[in-house]
Amino acid sequence: MDSWRSAPWVFWTFLLPGGLWLLLFFLVPLAMVWVLAFGERAGPVEIVVTWTLDNYRQALEPIYLGLFWKSFRIAALATAICLLVGFPVALAVSFAPARVKPVLLMLVILPFWTNLLIRTYSMIAVLRTKGYLNFGLEYLWTGAKAILAPLGLGDLLGERFVPLSLLYNNTAVVFGIVYVYLPFMVLPLYATLEKLDRSLIEASLDLGASQIRTFFAVIVPLAWPGIVSGIILVFIPALGTFLISDLLGGPDSQLIGNVIERQFKAANNIPLGAALSFLLLYMTFLALALRAWLAGRRTGRG
Amino acid sequence: MAERRSAPGPLDYTRRLWLRAWLAATFLFLYAPIVILVVFSFNDSRRNIVWRGFTTEYYAKAIANDSLIEAFTNSLIVAFVSTLVSTVLGTLLALALWRFRFPGKPLVEGANALPIVIPEICMGVSLLVFFSSIGLMGGIPWPASLTPIVIGHIAFSFPFVAVVVRARLEGFDRSLEEASKDLGASEWQTLRHVMIPFLKPGIVAGALLAMTLSLDDFVITFFTSGPETITFPIKIYSMVRFGATPEVNAASTVLIVITLLLTVIAMRMQAPDRKGERR
Repeated sequence: MDSWRSAPWVFWTFLLPGGLWLLLFFLVPLAMVWVLAFGERAGPVEIVVTWTLDNYRQALEPIYLGLFWKSFRIAALATAICLLVGFPVALAVSFAPARVKPVLLMLVILPFWTNLLIRTYSMIAVLRTKGYLNFGLEYLWTGAKAILAPLGLGDLLGERFVPLSLLYNNTAVVFGIVYVYLPFMVLPLYATLEKLDRSLIEASLDLGASQIRTFFAVIVPLAWPGIVSGIILVFIPALGTFLISDLLGGPDSQLIGNVIERQFKAANNIPLGAALSFLLLYMTFLALALRAWLAGRRTGRG
Repeated sequence: MAERRSAPGPLDYTRRLWLRAWLAATFLFLYAPIVILVVFSFNDSRRNIVWRGFTTEYYAKAIANDSLIEAFTNSLIVAFVSTLVSTVLGTLLALALWRFRFPGKPLVEGANALPIVIPEICMGVSLLVFFSSIGLMGGIPWPASLTPIVIGHIAFSFPFVAVVVRARLEGFDRSLEEASKDLGASEWQTLRHVMIPFLKPGIVAGALLAMTLSLDDFVITFFTSGPETITFPIKIYSMVRFGATPEVNAASTVLIVITLLLTVIAMRMQAPDRKGERR
């Protein structure tokens, strides 16, 4: 690596465009929000920065803390489901024969190329009362009824099929997050499982460990960095989501993202919104620090 | 076929039935909603709940919908400009971080990683505050009105380009660069004839990623579009809030097809180089 002094002109030409862009259009706006969190509204649009802590005090009131906690729970649940669903998928893709592997990988990546809004919208037709999931359940119900009725057990299923309310509630939000962010979980898992030394799995099996024991004692510890990355990649966007909860959630599905959005748009309480954004940001940093710690701990031991 | 029928070996996870079923179910889960969305864009029913017959009426309606076309054009312009600038900025920054030692380097690296990791909404609101304060939100004529959106898209895309290009640079043999300079090539000539050809697959992959991120984005666009600016996601968002109609499906299908086509083209452009690299 060269010292920047060896070719200062080249160095500045390489560094300045991106560096200035980051400074001007990323760090400065972020700093402005940080400052505004200490401001007070002095009129319909004016905000005076008085270095008050009132906005943070308000943001830490039970109503907003409850929202943070709820967002955390929903994001954690969705992340856990993504991990449960995604791990076998990543395992199957990384152990697939060379011929089909690129195809399977492509199938995992392809949903990335669809707009987030379109993917969320496509969930509505699946989940609504007259949606495809309910149509499928009704089909199963009719089939089960036809089998059970001659046995005199038809009453078990009730008079007629009652569609489930799947849309406009918290379940729909979790469902939507899993749908949108599942590829984010599969890809890092795949990346570590792909590089994993297979002779270790073979050794474990040869030495008499069962497949299940091998999975938990060998595969999971070796795939640990991928698991941690996947969790972070799903959890952080899930924590700050507002589109998914806005379109798929019900009146009680407001997440912290929705509240922040409202402060900046409709409610026009920018100082409070700024304080809430920074609390969300601090939570993100906490999650990232936790990742660094978790990843370090595991590799340190292994 | 005979080989197929033999019992799966211990590591043939992909040949285990339950894993195959799991894989199939996951792909069904990922693709069925999109396929249904595309199929029902041809549905001859306003309420769009059950299939009532084939029609292209809603495509005609979408094309006749001026504001939808305007939104579409805007989104493509944004994606095009953002991809172009992001690719240049990202590549240059990757080169700077790869080649030079300088004070404050970890800070630049951190600042580059930040847009990738922080929640989009935090970035969205900060850009909204920033552009409102300098008076760029609203009241400016088209196409300058797209400036905040383009700037925002570049800000979150080019760090990704930098990461991708830098990963490619790790495999670069610096003696090639030295040879080029020893033979009398200038910095620019070395960049043009040695570095860029080597980096091309990384640059194309980065550009592809930048384009995808731009077309895929909703949150940053939502916060950086002024009251009079409509882009595709904003338009679809208001249409969805109004009700799920086949017109929304038709418009979404067009965007899906365009993105897929661009992706295929970009991958084609990348493919020959990849083969050359393996040889």
